[in-house]
Amino acid sequence: MSFDNAYDAITEDSGDDRQWAFGTGFDDPLSGVDRAVPGEVSTSDLSVYCLMLADDALILSQRLTEWCSRAPELEEDVALANIALDLLGQARLLLARAGEVEGAGRDEDALAYLRDEHEFRNVRLVEIDCGPGPGGDFATTIARLLVFSTWRLAVLGQLAHSGDPVLAAVAAKGVKELAYHRDHAAQWTLRLAGGTDFSRERMVAGLATVWPLHDELFTPHPVELALPAVAVDPSTVRPEVDEVLDTVLAEADLSRPRVSPLAMVGGRAGRDGVHTEALGYLLAPMQHLARALPGARW
Amino acid sequence: MTAREVAEGVLDPELPVLTLADLGVLREVTETAGRVVVTITPTYSGCPAIDQMRSDLRASLAGAGYRDVEVRTVLAPAWTTDWITDAGRRKLAEYGIAPPARIGPRPAGPVPLNLTPPPSRVRCPRCGSAETVELSRFSATACRALRRCESCREPFEHVKEL
Repeated sequence: MSFDNAYDAITEDSGDDRQWAFGTGFDDPLSGVDRAVPGEVSTSDLSVYCLMLADDALILSQRLTEWCSRAPELEEDVALANIALDLLGQARLLLARAGEVEGAGRDEDALAYLRDEHEFRNVRLVEIDCGPGPGGDFATTIARLLVFSTWRLAVLGQLAHSGDPVLAAVAAKGVKELAYHRDHAAQWTLRLAGGTDFSRERMVAGLATVWPLHDELFTPHPVELALPAVAVDPSTVRPEVDEVLDTVLAEADLSRPRVSPLAMVGGRAGRDGVHTEALGYLLAPMQHLARALPGARW
Repeated sequence: MTAREVAEGVLDPELPVLTLADLGVLREVTETAGRVVVTITPTYSGCPAIDQMRSDLRASLAGAGYRDVEVRTVLAPAWTTDWITDAGRRKLAEYGIAPPARIGPRPAGPVPLNLTPPPSRVRCPRCGSAETVELSRFSATACRALRRCESCREPFEHVKEL
């Protein structure tokens, strides 16, 4: 068995690698990780919680890939693509876990490609257009990455001690990746804020664009509160996140933007499936192929 | 050859001077009644090479007569560059890629923020100079950074610590 090119290997008929995203192979038993749902944990709550963490990573990954071939320099093109790839990897593991716990036969592909907008559980910060579309620019993208990666790193840092061994394993791995993402965003924040008048102006504007979505990150959802031994209550990471963000802003001689938080809608927001109009425009190209040709292989 | 010897000889698809054993990705090989179970761990969550590794392991084992092979993916404990063997580090350096420093277990508590790239102890794999600078934290694959030697002026890649 040898292959002329990588694509032959990807489509090799081995019984478990025949999916859209060429399969995680994650149906394998995870040696060393107990996949049983911990006792007294509601499977529907756990499944939804996995979706929340997965969708944050999946949607930001899709946003970051929009920069492919458009970043200000080649190195940054590569960096943003690498960060997107890390997040996509986290999303796939979490989606697979969500589907497994749900027990309704949905795999990672079904969950990524066949859910509608209101079924996505991501925070709204990750879905808005921060560039290269008209909604932002590179500085706005860096501002979002700074806020997001600081927050997610703190959440995953706690989640590494989760009562769900699978979430704990995914989180422990993710912490190492997020630490690089956060450093990257922080260093670019300093460079842009300390660069030319123009780059500083863009950095200030970028922070002002994403800051209204900052509060939502720390608003606990009932599902998160219903899983005390498994999930992280996001309100508890606020001090750590604030301290890091304030350190970066102080070093960059920037201050927190004075903007009002983006209102929830009847008390509901991203975690409840209530999104900004940006999400539908993001999902359309992401899901089109899988929906046009259901079950197709490549 | 035993199944373990075959599996240990499979090369990493993205760093083809290293075997999966050198890289620390190969965690376990067991053989029971003709059935081989190989356990590997991804370097990064989204490492796209994992599927290629699975195929290469199956192909090599099939070539050595092992037909009943299962490749399992294990997430915990998470891979660290500390698992790259001494032989692997030497091969990397000979290939022109600076090997990672050993970092040991991560201390408990919040991960410290680096506002500037940490001081370099990375030596140029070509001239051996310690005067090297980071050009980009991210390079051709998730596990590598791009650096330049200030002495010989050559750019080179570095397997960054994870």
